[in-house]
Amino acid sequence: MTYAIQVDNLGKRYMIKGGHKRRPDTLRDEIMGLFKKKGPKETAREFWALRELGFEIAEGDKVGIIGKNGAGKSTLLKLLSRVSEPTTGQIRVRGRVSSLLEVGTGFHPELSGRENIFLNGVVLGMTRTEVRRKFDEIVEFAGVADFLDTQVKHYSSGMYMRLAFSVAAHLDPDILIVDEVLAVGDAEFQKKCLGKMQEIGSGGRTVLFVSHSMQSVTSLCNKCILLEKGRVKRQGSPSEVVLEYFGGGHSAGRVDFGSHGRHIGDAGVELMYGEVLDHEHHPAVEIDIRKAVQIRMGFRIKTRSTKQYVPNFHFTLPGGTYAFVSSPQTVGALPPGDYEACCMVPGDLLNEGTYSVGLAISSFGSASEVHFFEQGALSFNVRDSMDDSVGRSHGYGNIMPGAVRPLLPWTVTEARS
Amino acid sequence: MSKQETVLSARSRRGLAYWQELATARELLFFLALRDILVKYKQAALGLAWAVLRPVLTTVVFTLVFGKIAGLSSGEIPYSLLVFSGMVPWLYFAGTVTECGNSLVTNSALITKVYFPRLVIPMSGVLANLVDLTITSLLLCALLFWFGTGLGWHIVLAPVVFAVLIMLTVGLGLLLAALNAKYRDVSFILPFLMTMGVYLSPIGFSSAVVPEKWRTLFGLNPIVGIIDGFRYSLFGDKYPFQPWTLGFSFAVAVVLIAIGVSYFRSAEREIVDIL
Repeated sequence: MTYAIQVDNLGKRYMIKGGHKRRPDTLRDEIMGLFKKKGPKETAREFWALRELGFEIAEGDKVGIIGKNGAGKSTLLKLLSRVSEPTTGQIRVRGRVSSLLEVGTGFHPELSGRENIFLNGVVLGMTRTEVRRKFDEIVEFAGVADFLDTQVKHYSSGMYMRLAFSVAAHLDPDILIVDEVLAVGDAEFQKKCLGKMQEIGSGGRTVLFVSHSMQSVTSLCNKCILLEKGRVKRQGSPSEVVLEYFGGGHSAGRVDFGSHGRHIGDAGVELMYGEVLDHEHHPAVEIDIRKAVQIRMGFRIKTRSTKQYVPNFHFTLPGGTYAFVSSPQTVGALPPGDYEACCMVPGDLLNEGTYSVGLAISSFGSASEVHFFEQGALSFNVRDSMDDSVGRSHGYGNIMPGAVRPLLPWTVTEARS
Repeated sequence: MSKQETVLSARSRRGLAYWQELATARELLFFLALRDILVKYKQAALGLAWAVLRPVLTTVVFTLVFGKIAGLSSGEIPYSLLVFSGMVPWLYFAGTVTECGNSLVTNSALITKVYFPRLVIPMSGVLANLVDLTITSLLLCALLFWFGTGLGWHIVLAPVVFAVLIMLTVGLGLLLAALNAKYRDVSFILPFLMTMGVYLSPIGFSSAVVPEKWRTLFGLNPIVGIIDGFRYSLFGDKYPFQPWTLGFSFAVAVVLIAIGVSYFRSAEREIVDIL
């Protein structure tokens, strides 16, 4: 395997003093400092934005970098794109790197669209000849052909963004580093951006993509790195890492509860295990949006009882919002023993994104009783491959809102007057 | 196709690689200079007229104040011509040094978002202002023939003077650019220094009016050698020129470039984290 980026023991330190920078900010302070008596120096606090970071990215990998605010994502991008220098360690990079830390870097509002294309292209690392060769393509992609000689300060913000992204998208680097730029622009343009990034990725180029949109990461990337407090917390397949990010962490697709020495349940019934299975009945964390997913729960009935134990599964979204709750229509009173409840969620029902499943058993006799409810016991990620899934056949590429995205029967017919 | 391998660490970008990288940034330098020029002439309502009006109006005022009111002597040279010939190198120097000094701060949006050799930023200002210098020089030529002074063989010295002028500007500009990025009060000191410079340099007057015992001290201002040298190249022996002052300006320029470049290089490593 040839590497594209190799990061070794990388660290970046900033000095902070009570919220201010350690060094004197003004020449006056610096000069006055020379005459001051050497008292006990104010202690500067070190802040390591990144520490002992190490990973390797293979050529052609599409890597998503995720993490909470302050995890070090932006610092890492700054180091990778050479804007800032590392304090410790090193980065080895093979090939030409283009970084897109912001849309429209180097754009000048007073200049025309044409002038800005050249300026921006050269700032981002193209040669003048390259810009000239791709000029028509850039203009067409941005859709600003009629406004080429208008100053960009008269552009609408959408046009501005389109033009800026268009220049960047035609960079043709070996390694492309992108920061959240997809958060801008209208839906139609976002789709174009995603498409363009996929195109760049499929050309064997390496893409590094920092995003808060987990859906985009799982759609675009084949590898994912989760940063936490300046270190790599986890790296691996996007779905696994995204689940870890949401605090699931049960990446195997199966959780055994009895083995933790912690018993979940009451005197009558106990939770044994939970499983997420893909359409081929393998434990999985990543489910194709078009395929069915099975949720299984193993439980043990410990005493003979007349209670009707009703298994119920609570499907929630990352924010804790309920998507839906499901339970079998009929259950009888069961004798003691081990049981498995299985719920099949058909394909083309869930939306893309992460779901957590709470496992519960209740009974509704003379009194309603919850025997156990393990919230968020399982989680899995629904991946939209953007390939003929629900709602995509017309070409819509943006994130679709909603807890579910069901395939429903539709007809459109001529109205009879 | 083998791809170039780059190693980024706390110790990269030293030595030869630094200058090789700078050489590859020629086009960027050109486009940033072009941007500065386009923006300058587009933004000002008067456009190109401003580049002409500024030196002309200043010359009128200086001629009135120094020539008429103070009654200083300009020898055989028409007073307004004397002033304008001082204005040509001075306006380039003052304008460019101020622009360079602020360049890293004004372009911080660019610097913190994309990597390129940072020297390109102040250098683009040095390059862009050459357009102004050309305009004022052409105006000066027109004035020379208007007054019937013409040009002699001494004009061959002019390219040398301009070379020293640009070197001095680069040296001081780089130093101030890096200083200003680290210490923000430099941007307050800078206009003050430039105002002082107008009176401590022979712009509104001839060096001949400076008393003999102060001439040496006066000549320690590196601008003196440049302005006097330039006037000598235009007016020949009609203007009193002490050749050592131009030599001194050259020496100062070389030292400033050495200090400016090395300080800029040491500062550019941390500038991004400060801006």
